[in-house]
Amino acid sequence: MSALRFEPDDKYNAFLTVCKAPEGGNGKLSGIPVAVKDNISTQGIETTCASKILKGYIPPYDAHAVELVKAAGAAIAGKTNMDEFGMGTSTENSAFGPTLNPRDTGRVPGGSSGGSAAAVASGMVRMALGTDTGGSIRCPASFCGIVGLKPTYGRVSRYGLIAYANSLETIGPMAANVLDVSLLMSVIAGHDRHDATSQDRPYSHTPSADIKGTRIGIPQEYFGAGVDPAVAAVVKKAIGRLEELGAVTVPCSIPSMEYALAAYYVICTSEASSNLARFDGVRYGPAVEIKKSWHAAFQDARREGFGPEVRRRIMLGTFALSSGYYGKYYAKAQIARENIRKDFARLFADVDVLCGPTMPTIAFKLGEKSDPLSMYLSDILTVPVNLAGIPAISVPCGTVQDMPVGLQIMGRPFEDERVIDVAYAYEQGGQP
Amino acid sequence: MVSEKDVEHIGELADIGIDAAELATFTGQFNAIVEYFDVLDKVHGDDAGARDRYNILREDEAEPSLPREVALQNAGAQEDGFIKAPRVM
Repeated sequence: MSALRFEPDDKYNAFLTVCKAPEGGNGKLSGIPVAVKDNISTQGIETTCASKILKGYIPPYDAHAVELVKAAGAAIAGKTNMDEFGMGTSTENSAFGPTLNPRDTGRVPGGSSGGSAAAVASGMVRMALGTDTGGSIRCPASFCGIVGLKPTYGRVSRYGLIAYANSLETIGPMAANVLDVSLLMSVIAGHDRHDATSQDRPYSHTPSADIKGTRIGIPQEYFGAGVDPAVAAVVKKAIGRLEELGAVTVPCSIPSMEYALAAYYVICTSEASSNLARFDGVRYGPAVEIKKSWHAAFQDARREGFGPEVRRRIMLGTFALSSGYYGKYYAKAQIARENIRKDFARLFADVDVLCGPTMPTIAFKLGEKSDPLSMYLSDILTVPVNLAGIPAISVPCGTVQDMPVGLQIMGRPFEDERVIDVAYAYEQGGQP
Repeated sequence: MVSEKDVEHIGELADIGIDAAELATFTGQFNAIVEYFDVLDKVHGDDAGARDRYNILREDEAEPSLPREVALQNAGAQEDGFIKAPRVM
């Protein structure tokens, strides 16, 4: 083990904790500083989920993915800013102030892994771990102009990821280019007996830019209402480039997408209302007043400790699961989720991948979306992937108003290799 | 339509601690979001596939775990090696 020096000039508030002399070792990631999103447990390094309720929390163990990154010789460079508990699309919902987009500091970096994306985009680190529950790796990758992979559900262990919505979320790699994303994926993928949803599907792939004959479905919903025509035009041009490189495009449709966003928000808030019940100020976080009654102490701790978006989502989930509403919301959302899986399965019988924009717009201005529902609507193109558990990558494919646009490539379950290859082909041959 | 009284009740169930001053804002936002959720009324099909999924659990055998002092290191209040919590009754 050897200590590196890591003293970045963090102008973007990308880091919540910086490890100034991180230890590196020998392996595939020898001496590479890797930033870790602050909802992933790091032994001995404060982990807050960008929430006041976990201020001062020092995990007694490493997340499985962190253990693997360290075993590969990487140095943990620090913990990155995020929307509190992963709840947001802009990193503005951090209790410790927003992260700024390195491409334009008047704009958001996207979220919720905005700190990880900004740390990579500004060159402070070569790679970072993020998490993606409804787009939280792909959105900031798109907004900051880097590459981010949301792996197939079950391929990367969630052990040590502080849970927000277990059935949707996954840890994944972020980097400036596809080869580094692939390299980091090769380190973190694989079976872990501490995660009951972990699958024995390691990743040891060398990206290939040969996509001749690859069939690419173009879902019309990804170019429909709500998608900025300028963004759609850039992505269509990128898809045209993939055709020139030998891919075959096929128009298609995902009718169940009409319900995806509502289903996603019902499911994620329901899971959050249960998962976040553990934050009671007793086992971790700022101590509660133990002379008060349980409910009074609990309510005080959570009023003070959680930000407005977290409280809103816990309440929405409590409402969706409450007696009299369960059938109307949660049960219907599960049916919608199944319909989305079936739509993807039907399309993947004919095409190898699906392509569209990652986000409907470029990065918005700080403070631009103050109304929660308008922020939720930004997730429309990313949440279907999480509902279906399939892999998807965002790769930079051009700009609108000098801000990056991401091309999203979605694949069959456990075909993370194929979405990586299509992204690599675009990256290598994107500029004619 | 979700009323302020409903939101107050949900806040109580979730132990989230709502102040009277926040009720109107939360209720307004709640209604906009829940109205959007109503699109789910039109969903048809079944969730049979979701019911087929299961967790893979390890054998229920004791394994090395955290030492007590490490497990306690983040607890705000403790006494004699135990975590102290507010009274429930």
